[in-house]
Amino acid sequence: MAAAPPPPSYRLLGGRIPYVEGPLKVTGRAEYTDDIKRPGMLVGRLLRSPFAHARIRSIDVSAAREIPGVFAILTGDRYPTPFGVLPITHDETAIAVDKARYIGDIVAAVAARDERTAERAMAAIRVDYEPLPEHTDPRSGLVKVVEPIHARGLNGSNIQKEVVQHFGDVDAAFAQAAASVRVRANFAGVTHAFTEPMATIAESTPDGRLTVTSSTQVPHYLHRSLSEVLGIPMHRIRVIKPEVGGGFGGKSDPLPHEIACAALALETGRPVKVLFDREDVFLTNHGRHPTQNEIRIAADADGHLLAYDLEAVIEGGAWSSFGTVTTYYNGVFAMGPYRVPNFRYRGRRVYTNRPPNGAMRAHGGTNVRYAIEVALDELAEQLKIDPAELRRRNALAPHSTTISQFRITSTSFLQCLDASTGRSGFAEKLRRLPYGHGVGLGCGFYISGSNSPIHFTPKMPQCTVHLKVDMDGGIAVHCMQADIGQGSNTLLAAIVAEVLGVDLVRVHVQRVDSDVSPVDLGSYSSRVTFMMGNAARQAAERLRDQLLAAAAEITGYPADQFVVGLERYEVAHRPNVGVTFEAALEKAMERGGALLASGSYTTPPMGGTYKGARAGTSPAYSFAAYVAQVEVDVETGVYHVEKVWAAFDCGRPLNRLAVEGQIEGSIHMGLGQLMGESMNYRGARLLNPSLLEYKIPMPQQMPEVEVLLVGEDDPEGPFGAKEAGEGPLVATLPAVANALYDAIGVRFYDLPITPDKVVRGIERRRTEGRGWKGVD
Amino acid sequence: MPPTPLVRTRINGQSVEIAAPAERILLDLLREDLNLTGTKRGCDLGTCGCCTVLIDGRPTLSCLTLAHGASGREVTTIEGLSPASGLSPVQRAFVEHGATQCGFCTPGFIVSATALLRDHPHPTRDEVVEAIAGNLCRCTGYTKIIEAILAASAGA
Repeated sequence: MAAAPPPPSYRLLGGRIPYVEGPLKVTGRAEYTDDIKRPGMLVGRLLRSPFAHARIRSIDVSAAREIPGVFAILTGDRYPTPFGVLPITHDETAIAVDKARYIGDIVAAVAARDERTAERAMAAIRVDYEPLPEHTDPRSGLVKVVEPIHARGLNGSNIQKEVVQHFGDVDAAFAQAAASVRVRANFAGVTHAFTEPMATIAESTPDGRLTVTSSTQVPHYLHRSLSEVLGIPMHRIRVIKPEVGGGFGGKSDPLPHEIACAALALETGRPVKVLFDREDVFLTNHGRHPTQNEIRIAADADGHLLAYDLEAVIEGGAWSSFGTVTTYYNGVFAMGPYRVPNFRYRGRRVYTNRPPNGAMRAHGGTNVRYAIEVALDELAEQLKIDPAELRRRNALAPHSTTISQFRITSTSFLQCLDASTGRSGFAEKLRRLPYGHGVGLGCGFYISGSNSPIHFTPKMPQCTVHLKVDMDGGIAVHCMQADIGQGSNTLLAAIVAEVLGVDLVRVHVQRVDSDVSPVDLGSYSSRVTFMMGNAARQAAERLRDQLLAAAAEITGYPADQFVVGLERYEVAHRPNVGVTFEAALEKAMERGGALLASGSYTTPPMGGTYKGARAGTSPAYSFAAYVAQVEVDVETGVYHVEKVWAAFDCGRPLNRLAVEGQIEGSIHMGLGQLMGESMNYRGARLLNPSLLEYKIPMPQQMPEVEVLLVGEDDPEGPFGAKEAGEGPLVATLPAVANALYDAIGVRFYDLPITPDKVVRGIERRRTEGRGWKGVD
Repeated sequence: MPPTPLVRTRINGQSVEIAAPAERILLDLLREDLNLTGTKRGCDLGTCGCCTVLIDGRPTLSCLTLAHGASGREVTTIEGLSPASGLSPVQRAFVEHGATQCGFCTPGFIVSATALLRDHPHPTRDEVVEAIAGNLCRCTGYTKIIEAILAASAGA
């Protein structure tokens, strides 16, 4: 069946579409995991290790078990099968088996009739720990150590993963370079700080099913891990995702408490809820890795980049999590937005006895991007080239290939540069604003989803969408995509409504439930718009074709002559000949009742064949160029970001409200990491596990943001779209850091940049007698 | 053992008498005992503002308020600010301006914003920022929340 040609512009897509679940959220009616109660539900609590590294000699639960109201106590020996988000690095357990590996590692799980009883039971559990040497410095874990954290560490060290890549000839390129810069940057760990603490409810029923409801952003990986660890086939487990109060990567790993909660449900035969308090959330972490990134860049006299030489030492914390990916990403995300003819990278991720680090928004791309963008600013100054011009000269061309064989399709990077520098008056302001005031440019590059699904071959679809429409005329949409606030339910509904020509209120996106939702890999790697969007479009087109066939049958005109109107299908150029959606539906249902349609998205083959070639490959990439303007109080070191001109290439923005929201939220999160957020440790102990001591930016600290969406349609993206969920973060940090340099002449390579560091920087410059903008 | 004392209060316009131990927190009374789950638990420490309710009209952190502290007073939760059908002007503005993302902080913001606009129907941007300074949002960067509150005030 030939489809009607796509309209040049769209009825809904490209506009400002309020979130479909908005009315539920503003009235408190949206249902999150902790809002759910089940009859006879028990309270599950987790006993955490007070030691950073200790062998568990024995655990005596006999006294705790005797407490009335205690239903079950589990220790690690019950379900010792290791798991992890990546199949190649299963080194986590639901409950610690032989050793505790960080302060907060789960050593026992309790189910009791209420919280107080659970607390009493936990206090009565006797754990005999044998303390072991603590490893808290990633650099000292690079060599063979006494008592490595995991047996799988490389050659007796604490190295979890080492990546070495070399394309071209970096040494030869440096030998002939006219200019080079070298930057060593140090980044404190930061964490997601979503507002909803994790919660899980598990229920085992006499029909042999296990139902797990959890605040997860990747229901499918949770489903797999539950099956692996509990030894229950996936088809007997049902995973439900209610509303999720933010994730940012922190709910993308299958987490031990989710499996421990399910284990308690199996043990007791009763529903069990595990609800985290804020300290639990901080200890579970999986936030952005503390890293030390060393960057060397070589260029010719005209500022053309000749080579990158990169090194990263990445602190993993206690487990692997996404760490193998992180180790690749700290290198491969340097492949854009510039053409790099020679490239060398060595990355090592090292276990420490601290809370595990994992994926956080713009995973693996944020820190290395900061180092590169600040180094490029230095290079531009050295070569006396405008920083925007330097970037312009090196922009990756559309439809080109990087030296690592990444396939670049659409890029509007040059338009991003023009938009943000033009709107901000960057050229007129740079070095010309008064002392204490400055502008800076930072750019970005990110994937629209990873080309490689984690658990199966790339030949399988990464997303499937099912549609059902019955006599009520409502369209039910099933898909395991995980809306965690980014608006993917809204986009899913809007795409279906757009293609079918129906009112948005007809489309009902169903809650994620593995019994009925076809697999989508979930909300990570900025994959949802691109992959779910394509799958939804295909499903909706297949449903539309059934309706158009019915319209043809009613009118006698061929189906391929119909165009989609609003709630109506009409013959092109004969608008008076047409049928309503409902009439077409009724006719179509004569063939076999309710209409069904399925669509899917599989990534195309791409990339090289060398080891690790898949890391960083994506069906499309986003590009960004941000200009920030800052004002520094040179006495106190307190600075304020006054405005960010955020030019972003997400292809065609499909919901401008959501894209703006992602950019504004990304800038907030990026500023947090830059200006003050830090997971502070004394040795192995996290010192600030609360939102009082770990401060995210307040409304007063938020700059004005001017969003500039300048992307052109991507050839493979749904309706031309690419990602906008993570890429918008990375340009924020270097744009502000470069603006600080413009303001006070000080470079910062140690994040966060707190006011004390600003004051010290100003003083250092003063002591060295190097004035700035006429001030000494 | 002495009998568990009664909390006598009004919640969303209804008289409520409910037994609660002295240490019961208002947030637990609302969520666990009365099933008013629109009020969210984000930190238990008074840092996030997700649990904001009105007590005698003033925005108050229910996680730092003893249930008995509400005795003899008027408690209004997000449920009490929501019309039986449709949305309040503040709620409508939040929807139209995309001021919700994950939505977990939203009830607290609606409560704070409603109190602000009741006392100051036409606040300045700085007054809006001041009024929501006790509410954390990790998704929106506050931009669209501030826009929504200003839009609601313009329509008032």
